[in-house]
Amino acid sequence: METLTDQTWLLTVGTFLPLLGALVLMFWPKDDESGIKGVGILTAGATMLVGIYTLVQFDYGQSAKLQFFVDAEWIPVIKSGYTIGLDGISLPLYVLSMAVTFLVMIYTWDNMPDAGNTKAFLILMLVLQTGMAGTFIAQDLILFFVFFELVLLPMYFMIGVWGGEDRRYASLKFFLYTMFGSAFMLVAFLALFFQTGGESFGFAQLVEAGASIDRDVQIWIFAGMFLGFAVKVPMFPFHTWLPDAHTQAPTQGSVILAAILLKLGTYGFVRIAIPMLPEGAKAWAPAIGILAVLGIIYGALGCLAQTDMKRLIAFSSVAHMGFVMLGISTLTSFGINAALFGMVAHGLITGMLFFIAGSVKHRYHTLEIRRLSGMLIQMPRMGWILGFCAMASLGLPGLAGFWGEFPAILSAYQPGFGLSEPLFRTLMVIAAVGTVLAAAYLLWLYQRTAFGEPSDEFKGHSDAEHAAVDGHGVAHSLSAAANDHTHDGDDAHEEIHDVQLTEWLSWTPFLVAIVVFGVYPQLMFKVMDPAVTQLVERLGASLG
Amino acid sequence: MLGLLLAQASDWITPVIDWHAVAPELVLVVGVNVVLLLDLNLADAKKWMLATLTGFVMLGALVPVVTLAVIGDDSRSLFDGRYVIDEYALILKAFFLLVAYVVILMSQTELEEGGYYQGEFYVLMLCSVLGMVMMSSARDLISIFVALELLSIPAYMMAAWRKRDVKSNEAGVKYYLLGVFASGIMLYGMSFLFGSTNSTLLTDIGAALTDGDLNGMEVVGVVFVICGFAFKISAVPFHTWAPDTYEGAPTPVTAFLSVASKAAGFVALVSIIFLAFPNASDVYQPLLWVLAALTMTVGNVLALRQTNIVRLLAYSSVSQGGFILMPLAFAGNSNAGGSALNAVVVYLLVYGFMNLGAFAIVIAVSRKTRSGEISSFGGLFGYAPGLAVAMTVFFASLAGIPPLGGWFAKFNAFRAVLQAETNAAYVLAAIAAVNTVISAAYYMRVLRSVWMDDAPDGDQSPVVTPSPIVAALGITVIGTIVVGVIPSAVTRFAELKDLTGAVVP
Repeated sequence: METLTDQTWLLTVGTFLPLLGALVLMFWPKDDESGIKGVGILTAGATMLVGIYTLVQFDYGQSAKLQFFVDAEWIPVIKSGYTIGLDGISLPLYVLSMAVTFLVMIYTWDNMPDAGNTKAFLILMLVLQTGMAGTFIAQDLILFFVFFELVLLPMYFMIGVWGGEDRRYASLKFFLYTMFGSAFMLVAFLALFFQTGGESFGFAQLVEAGASIDRDVQIWIFAGMFLGFAVKVPMFPFHTWLPDAHTQAPTQGSVILAAILLKLGTYGFVRIAIPMLPEGAKAWAPAIGILAVLGIIYGALGCLAQTDMKRLIAFSSVAHMGFVMLGISTLTSFGINAALFGMVAHGLITGMLFFIAGSVKHRYHTLEIRRLSGMLIQMPRMGWILGFCAMASLGLPGLAGFWGEFPAILSAYQPGFGLSEPLFRTLMVIAAVGTVLAAAYLLWLYQRTAFGEPSDEFKGHSDAEHAAVDGHGVAHSLSAAANDHTHDGDDAHEEIHDVQLTEWLSWTPFLVAIVVFGVYPQLMFKVMDPAVTQLVERLGASLG
Repeated sequence: MLGLLLAQASDWITPVIDWHAVAPELVLVVGVNVVLLLDLNLADAKKWMLATLTGFVMLGALVPVVTLAVIGDDSRSLFDGRYVIDEYALILKAFFLLVAYVVILMSQTELEEGGYYQGEFYVLMLCSVLGMVMMSSARDLISIFVALELLSIPAYMMAAWRKRDVKSNEAGVKYYLLGVFASGIMLYGMSFLFGSTNSTLLTDIGAALTDGDLNGMEVVGVVFVICGFAFKISAVPFHTWAPDTYEGAPTPVTAFLSVASKAAGFVALVSIIFLAFPNASDVYQPLLWVLAALTMTVGNVLALRQTNIVRLLAYSSVSQGGFILMPLAFAGNSNAGGSALNAVVVYLLVYGFMNLGAFAIVIAVSRKTRSGEISSFGGLFGYAPGLAVAMTVFFASLAGIPPLGGWFAKFNAFRAVLQAETNAAYVLAAIAAVNTVISAAYYMRVLRSVWMDDAPDGDQSPVVTPSPIVAALGITVIGTIVVGVIPSAVTRFAELKDLTGAVVP
């Protein structure tokens, strides 16, 4: 595989800079809240700048090749190296992870979860960022594994310490599920290593040598990797940790989980499992396709049964990742492109939805859909943003979600490498039904939370209502009476403000990106396509 | 009669002794005597000096180990190959001395504050460490047995060191009775091996045993010797003494038993398997396979139910032992043999760091809470964030989460097993993979208490950690992290071609 070795320092700096920030924070006085947050934002911002510089320096004409490539010695005894590089497949995810962490940091300025201890929270977030970025640049199985697992502990503590009421259960479930998958994944990695002659853990060599393994052996090794990646995605039926983890996690954790962590699994399929084990991938593709579509339908039906807004968004993740996996299972460049696009789009949209859920929870202290209503009256801007994201999530053309879902469905019409057409066309039809269900649950969510009158318990507590009241003196006394009444009762609800400054700062880039990628998807497709095409061509060469 | 004896005596040839090669042992012997004599003549108020002195003896013994390692390109063999100083022996000697040093750091305050006999304790500990250092070089059934008893007998007494505590007495007696029983079985097995091969030298035995041509006596010998060591390394079903002994013994002694004493058992087992049994793999491989699978599974499942932190660590160390045993089940495989040796050594080194660290935390925290219950660790993150983070490092490392040392140890064990590329290997690897998850459940449960629970009695006063324990924690934390991030730091030492004089299977 040809590589470009300019500016070899760039990826290392981009990946490990957050750790430096974490180190600084470790020695920062604990009481200096704003100092701690400042260091956090500064570090994430600097990392983001390195990311932007990477975007500028990336040679888009050769996006099929690994760029900024480094191949240094790490653990010679097990033939594993510090091999890193970036190509069109990993670039969008790599930069996305930096952007998300940076924006989440900004959001944290005003929205620190109740459990306090900002210092530990931000340190964990920075460590998490290193793990995520590292996973996308690793070009060596062992290095990949280390980064892949590095995200586990910070996320466990993030959910467990700063999470909701059921956090202890949810965090342990998350941890054990992921650990279960990755234990088998590691065994599969080692089996692959020895089956290819035990020469190297480098991706390039394994892709070359992997195709020559016996078909039966490939199927077994693929099964091990499948467990590891499918739990992370998560695919039906390994998804049960996700709704719990998402619901209990603090907003920051949910956003990072949805936007980046889930992508580690799908990325693993595209980067490792499929190119290294072409025969295994072909044998498993129908099963993956079927599970993906089951996930779409199951996720959608699950959404319809939820009473909690955050849990609903979590189930919608299961459905959306189903589309991504369907695209991958077709083994066509069209499908895999769609899947990669879908990964980024889902990251932006669902990340945004979790932000909104977090802010709603912050204001109403509940996410029960039944109790929320009339958001458009109380917080018009927040309501509109929710509507925008719901539309993006259900795949409205012109917004980013569409370009992940629609081509993925389309690609199932003609799967690659002699995969059963009747099967995949059936899957296509079912997946299309899934989009209708997606529209149903998202619109239903939107209707019930945003439309209508605010429910009695929250009535008259919002800025927007006060503004309206000031405008129309008639309602003034009524509202004041209502105010007095509730103040007498309990003081639980503070004033409900509309979108605030830090929220605007952290959300605007997401919203802009959703529109930009929706209107001009070519922006991302043209980066990914050469790398994906090369991947599929190589598959073709080994599958004959 | 006398004439006959004299005639025999004239045959006596003074063995050539390489004084440099045995210098570590000599330093320890001198240390035993100095500490003992000094203890007799020291006022009670000055007994604390003994701990420092013992620490210096350990470090002093480390000096010749280092010089030997720096000079030594080929191995030194004494007494007709019965006592060999090669790379393998040196790395393990250094390991035992370092572990002993950390244990001394951990025991210092415990002994002073508990008002226990200090001088005697350090003398016994030096004897035990001497046994371990000898074990690394022993290449003969007799010297292995002598080393084993030298390291075990002081340990029996140390386990019962809290004289007025019934549990500590129980710990000592249980450990002693089962230990002696195991020695008996082992000795019985050794006598069979000697009877059948007519030699006690491991390499001679190795040359005499051949697969497919083993007679009943030899099979029994192999099985009994392995079972004898299975007691030492607390492999299931010979593990029953471990939890009770660990719980009852003073915590620093528990740390010593679960790391150093267990490692010594493994060292002997490795020497015997690679040198004496290479051609008896038909017998020992299935036996070790079953032992490994049972040990990790039973240890883990029982650990899940524990509410006492020391008992949890006891069962965890049982199951960790299973992981160390795992590669040995494929030691006779021509692909995996070398990796199996490396995997065991690397695992022992890493295990030493993380397990000692875990016990150091338990000591530090229980100084405040006066409790061994896992629930007493609640809220630790609130009032002692430093200890909480260190504890997270150790427990996550024990669970095998990168980038902490434990992952590399586990990875190496998996690697050695899978390198055998047989179905038995794949099945064992799958069992081990499931066990990794089970173990994560109870390690994370402890961390959950530490991070997510509130202090049980609302006591938020900070923990005062004495400086020796801080030093012990520093050494172990840094070791655990460095090994995980730059594994080549330890693999450099564990890159052993093979044991010197190993019989090629």
